[in-house]
Amino acid sequence: MNNINNAFTNGKAFIPFITAGDPSIEITEQLVLQMAEAGADLIELGIPFSDPVAEGEVIQGANIRALSGGVTVDRIFEMVKRIRCKCTVPIAFMTYVNPVFCYGPEKFIRNCKEAGVDGLIIPDLPYEEKGEIMPFCTKYGINLISMIAPTSKNRIRMIAKEAKGFIYCVSSMGVTGVRENIGDEAREMVELVKTVNDIPCAIGFGVSTPEQAVKMTKFADGVIVGSAIVKIVEKYGSECVPYVVEYVRTMKNAIKTM
Amino acid sequence: MVKGRFGIHGGQYIPETLMNAVIELEEAYNRLKDDAEFKEELNSLLMNYAGRPSPLYYAKKMTQDLGGAKVYLKREDLNHTGSHKINNVLGQVLLAKYMGKTRVIAETGAGQHGVATATAAALMGMECEIFMGKEDTDRQALNVFRMKLLGAKVHVVTSGTQTLKDAVNETLREWSRRADDTHYVLGSVMGPHPFPTIVRDFQKVIGCEVRKQILEMEGRLPDALVACVGGGSNAIGLFYDFIEDRDIRLIGCEAAGHGIDTDKNAATITTGTVGIFHGMKSYFCQDEYGQIAPVYSISAGLDYPGVGPEHAYLHDTGRAEYVAVTDNEAVEAFEYLSRIEGIIPAIESAHAVAYARKLAPTMGKEQILVVGLSGRGDKDVAAIARYRGVDIYE
Ligand SMILES: Cc1ncc(COP(=O)(O)O)c(C=O)c1O
Repeated sequence: MNNINNAFTNGKAFIPFITAGDPSIEITEQLVLQMAEAGADLIELGIPFSDPVAEGEVIQGANIRALSGGVTVDRIFEMVKRIRCKCTVPIAFMTYVNPVFCYGPEKFIRNCKEAGVDGLIIPDLPYEEKGEIMPFCTKYGINLISMIAPTSKNRIRMIAKEAKGFIYCVSSMGVTGVRENIGDEAREMVELVKTVNDIPCAIGFGVSTPEQAVKMTKFADGVIVGSAIVKIVEKYGSECVPYVVEYVRTMKNAIKTM
Repeated sequence: MVKGRFGIHGGQYIPETLMNAVIELEEAYNRLKDDAEFKEELNSLLMNYAGRPSPLYYAKKMTQDLGGAKVYLKREDLNHTGSHKINNVLGQVLLAKYMGKTRVIAETGAGQHGVATATAAALMGMECEIFMGKEDTDRQALNVFRMKLLGAKVHVVTSGTQTLKDAVNETLREWSRRADDTHYVLGSVMGPHPFPTIVRDFQKVIGCEVRKQILEMEGRLPDALVACVGGGSNAIGLFYDFIEDRDIRLIGCEAAGHGIDTDKNAATITTGTVGIFHGMKSYFCQDEYGQIAPVYSISAGLDYPGVGPEHAYLHDTGRAEYVAVTDNEAVEAFEYLSRIEGIIPAIESAHAVAYARKLAPTMGKEQILVVGLSGRGDKDVAAIARYRGVDIYE
């Protein structure tokens, strides 16, 4: 059984996203450890990419800060290894297909396994192209997380049937970023998934407040929050850890007993 | 991994949010490409609005001066809006209209594709928004005003390197926000399937006309075709009809900027490696970790770190050759063609002219060389003046 399943055993899951290396690899390491302690059920760790096409301005900024700080895939693998000496929180990498492809897909996935990474989220690798990476994920027992969006409609069944770990439900159209209103499409997506596969569904893109998280976890198994956390990191820089921890605790408390 | 492949290249590497949009596009295109009404409407636009067929002009003075092959220029610069971009744009905007879309968005580098898209949108009564990197809005200020004049909204892109690559990123982001009523008019033979195929099909008219024209004028096919390659749409347009004519050399000219041994170039096939970006597997200028490299060329239209997947394939199989032409060679060719033939080429097209100047003298006098003159150079005059140290403000 993959460690990702453990993320959904402690009530509704709270899944924070941060970009590795923003503002530095040392702070990222502290953030992961302390977010886990504050109740994060799974940590989505972004490997920065020069051209994050699925990202809004906030996370684009995190990518630029991390890359200009000189972070590389190898340094991120080393960091995860250090984290794994202290903490078992499920970790999924979020990155784009090119960094994985250029590193060598098999080598990348094998290193994920060795470092203790449990899953991989690649927004520009849709169902049709997952053959690029999937064979290695199967070989090394890493979950390649499937995404569905409000436009997926007739594709949801096909995607859900083969999904592993959990399904990342994109709440609304567009790129990542805090949104005031999230529509009802998410609920329909989750309901459709559950008719074909009894797999956890987490909602991401736009979620930032405890109220939104509560609303989403009435029907979903967890929420993913990226931009709201990255904004805190951006604001406080290397002093950000206590502020992020506080935010994570508030969010997890809001949905824990849903 | 089956759809839209050119050897290992191509594919559909885009976020799930956009998958149904490209599938819908592919279905509509397959339905309409052989539809009599659609074809007739497009042909009539190409003839009566864009001014096709474009002339194949025998450049006699240039031929004499170079002392080798007979040089012909395929005059895409004479099309309405001044470049080959209009061929693709009329096709795609008409397709979007048949699909019931009411809004088009596009990226642009030099501004030629943006101007063409704004033009077609005005003609067909569509809302139009163009994304253009800040560096390009600065160096192609006149085209920004042209697009506005045509009723388009121009977004200045300040993310990343603020050039064509970033304009594509921003247009993809906008499309993922709003795809139901909006078509993304991609400007070159790149991006996710079906764009490389659709754009090539709309551009192949260039080569099809050349075949007819050269047979009429010379009674034989050419020996070599030369075109500049940014994403590669004018080049594939010129080459495509000749791919099966194995004896004809197909030569694509990439932008070498300050030189391929410097880090200031955009010669993707010459200096790049295989990667996956902007929806396609192809060659890209990137570092060992797959971070896309900042590229450079004097020509905004060639200043792109990738190349269309069909070119990547033609390179892999050896069917086409790709060479690199520096800023300096291109500027000299820009001035050369202006003086010798009275034709001011686009700085992009000047890259092809520059290579033709090297190639023609090595060919026999009985041989024929066709150069794709993808656009006219009015837009570049101020920038070339600045390159030569003359301060002109548009
Ligand atoms: C005149 C002209 N030629 C060539 C290009 C490069 O595009 P492609 O390689 O798709 O023909 C451009 C792009 O802006 C252009 O304006």
